Amino acid sequence: MGQLVNQDRNILEKLTMMWHNHFATETEVINRAIWAYQNNTILRKNALGNFKQFTREITLDTGMLFYQNGYLNTNAAPDENYGRELQELVVVGKGAHNATQGFAEADVKAAAKVLPGWQINGTTNTSFFNSNRHDPTNKQFSAFYNNTVITGRTGPTAGGLELDDLLNMLFSINDPSLHICRKLYRWFVYYEIDAAAEANVIAPLAQIFRANNYEIKPVLEALLKSEHFFDVLNQGCYIKSPVDMIVGLCREFSVVFPPVATDYAGAYNTWFLLNSLSFIFQQYIGDPPNVAGWPAYYQLPQFNELWINSDTYPKRNQFTDQMLLTGYTRSGKNIRIDPTIFAKSLPNPGDPNLLISDSITYLFRLPLTQASRDQLKRDIILSGQTSDFYWTNAWNAYIANPNDTNNATIVRTRLRDLYQYLMKLAEYQLA
Amino acid sequence: MKRREFLRTTVPATILPTVINGFSLKAFGAESPLAQLLNGSTPNDHVLVIVQLNGGNDGLNTVIPIEFYSNYFNARSNIAIPENRILQLTPKTGLNPAMTGMKALFDEGKLSVIQAAGYPAPNFSHFRATDIWMSASDSNQVIVNGWGGRFLNYEYPNYPVGYPNSTMPDPLGIQIGSTTSLTFQGPSVSMGMSISNPTSFYNLLAGIEDPAPNNNAGKELKYIRLVAKQTSAYNTVVKAAADAVTQQAPYPTPNPLADQLKIVARLVKGGLKTKIYMVSYGGFDTHSLQTTTTDPTTGAHANLLKNVSDAIKAFQDDLKFLQIEDRVMGMTFSEFGRRIKSNSSTGTDHGAAAPMFLFGKPVVSKLWGDNPTIPAVVNVNDNIPMQYDFRSVYASLLENWLCVKNSDLQQIMLKDFQNLALVQNPGCIVVPPSTSGTSYLEIWGTPFTQSTTIKYKTDGGHTLIQIFDTMGRLVKTPVDAEMPAGSYTYPYDSGPLPAGVYYVRLQNGPVQQVKAMIKVR
Repeated sequence: MGQLVNQDRNILEKLTMMWHNHFATETEVINRAIWAYQNNTILRKNALGNFKQFTREITLDTGMLFYQNGYLNTNAAPDENYGRELQELVVVGKGAHNATQGFAEADVKAAAKVLPGWQINGTTNTSFFNSNRHDPTNKQFSAFYNNTVITGRTGPTAGGLELDDLLNMLFSINDPSLHICRKLYRWFVYYEIDAAAEANVIAPLAQIFRANNYEIKPVLEALLKSEHFFDVLNQGCYIKSPVDMIVGLCREFSVVFPPVATDYAGAYNTWFLLNSLSFIFQQYIGDPPNVAGWPAYYQLPQFNELWINSDTYPKRNQFTDQMLLTGYTRSGKNIRIDPTIFAKSLPNPGDPNLLISDSITYLFRLPLTQASRDQLKRDIILSGQTSDFYWTNAWNAYIANPNDTNNATIVRTRLRDLYQYLMKLAEYQLA
Repeated sequence: MKRREFLRTTVPATILPTVINGFSLKAFGAESPLAQLLNGSTPNDHVLVIVQLNGGNDGLNTVIPIEFYSNYFNARSNIAIPENRILQLTPKTGLNPAMTGMKALFDEGKLSVIQAAGYPAPNFSHFRATDIWMSASDSNQVIVNGWGGRFLNYEYPNYPVGYPNSTMPDPLGIQIGSTTSLTFQGPSVSMGMSISNPTSFYNLLAGIEDPAPNNNAGKELKYIRLVAKQTSAYNTVVKAAADAVTQQAPYPTPNPLADQLKIVARLVKGGLKTKIYMVSYGGFDTHSLQTTTTDPTTGAHANLLKNVSDAIKAFQDDLKFLQIEDRVMGMTFSEFGRRIKSNSSTGTDHGAAAPMFLFGKPVVSKLWGDNPTIPAVVNVNDNIPMQYDFRSVYASLLENWLCVKNSDLQQIMLKDFQNLALVQNPGCIVVPPSTSGTSYLEIWGTPFTQSTTIKYKTDGGHTLIQIFDTMGRLVKTPVDAEMPAGSYTYPYDSGPLPAGVYYVRLQNGPVQQVKAMIKVR
């Protein structure tokens, strides 16, 4: 959470979250801080790297091996868990848009036979290959994978070589590139992929992905620089996830946290508080509900709409209210929105019209009607007065003498009410 | 458990079977805490409607001191209402001719006027003054919650946790306006629900949406709004209450205040248990062209007052039509009055004390207090001195109308304020005795050069004497103490105060009187 709140303007955190959802593990299941940390480190390191290499690393990650029971896998009783998820969720995909719903149950079993032997050393917290547990027979795959046979091997290098073969086979078909590009699209654009988007966006992106040997960066660059991405029809339709909303709010309003360098405990307590809030909004970082990640990213037909429901919506409103009114306090450290900081960052906060329109531009992706803006100005910023200069004077008086309690309160309460109102509008839930 | 909560959960169970857990109610002696609780504040169906007049209403052209007409005319000849056009309430005091509706209410015994309501050291900023009136703070004190919110928090502890519930299924307070105001701000959360404006209120009833764009964003917007509507705990009850009322008495149109009050009447009749409603009407900041230059009985201020007066009259008639007149009292306030002297642009500038109106069948219909004294020679900065602290009005309404126990009043009002018998036969408490006709305050020796003597009388209890200058600034508080009943004198040395007019104000229980004194060189 601290990383999220304090990130620079780049895509790393957004992507790390995406991969956390994609290669989902649950810290409550892993239940060892070091393994969960190692898992997260792999996500960060590979966030913009090579997806194939990424998949290999995550397959052998201590956290993932434990989470998907890979460490228990033996040739006598192959555990099919990861063999299945590797194909269904991680690489190949199995969803509405996979026209060639393809891999067979036999492929799950065959993949499960490739993987046994990888175990975890609880002392060094590393994974290692135990050839005694490995299945040395050939693994026969279905027509979906062009009847590939992965040659059975023995000895200490068998596990690594067969895994490479498996990945080469999985990535030899087009499905993985399409699957990952759809995931990127849903993460960055919108959950509905119509036929036009499939043909004009997903297919070309997948082509780029394959042509670049599954490097993530070129695909992302193509997507985020595309006309499609900036098309007004595709803007403002993304319902914020709990983390998007909480982190977004803290960053929009420059919420001040205890400095981690000098107040380690204070900083972590307040970050953890945000984590708890995200939990009650139904997204707990580190603990997606299951191996498929959060339903908002795969559950037809609602997808992101699942974030907003009769339980979470009032809680989101309470959160924005409390951040503006009293803030939240943990162990004596308070975090809250100081609306004057936000207003000061706007180009012309002394002009009530610009104050409102600039705030809306910054906080919303959808416009408000002039009538609504006028009403906000009159009812909140001008307290029912009709002359703009009353606000201008109040703002100037505050800027000239910010330590005067009267001046500050006049400005603060009105800004507080303005942002409280804005953040209660449905528009605030969209990005 | 807080006392009120206990009361709420206990009373329904005890009244019906008159036993609690097998014990007859009679088993509790008069001194038992339970019996005291039951004798204390009683659940009631009283409703308070607050009408905010935004901008600072010119009190002197609203309630006109016929008694001092020539000084009044001299001070503001360009906007003065001609004496023969004033609607007389009494031979000494009258209303602006635009206010025929409120004059009629006064004649029906449903209107009272509280002269010169204000507070020590008035603030002339719209914003700060509004905050003071809404928070009921002292002039130099910043309080970030409102008096209504504190009352509702007292009445309904722990809100919003556990609300709505069977005893309070409805919004605690309803504001017609885009956002709930400071008035409704409780210690931690806002206690009010806002209905953004009459138009969108009717949209709510008719289920109409603001337009959403025709794209993916619009689709998601509609989805979120749907959830919001489903989960806004109170929308359904508000809509049901509104739907339950199909016929109302006529209201004037166009009249923005009438539109809002019409909604209030509808919701009260419809059965909402909501205790406080707040409506607002703006445009009273009449620095220029308050009246037309040719006829001071016409123009912006006359139109505003006509709308206020017509709206309140129509509201009152509707309450009668709906047979809920006994349940509803209303109050107007504005963040300040305006200066005694008019300016040359046919307007008035930000001032101090001004009249408040109370309306409703339960009000003690009368003129409270005296006409403000208007000097023969008025300086540009001269203000009307306060007679009543506006917080006395709030406190009295809380105690006598909303039935807050006297011992709990201070936690809401933050201080002790005098109780005024504003409500007829209140269901909650004993009416303070009438004290009209008694002089409590005399200045022995005025004009004076350096010292004079203030002679005063108290009926016992808390006695307060304040001295204000003509701008309303508190110069000195010679007496602020619990005192036995009796007559006293206070020798007053004016020290280095400049020459001029000063006002001495005495407050003792329900009594307050103001006398002028003049320091000369």
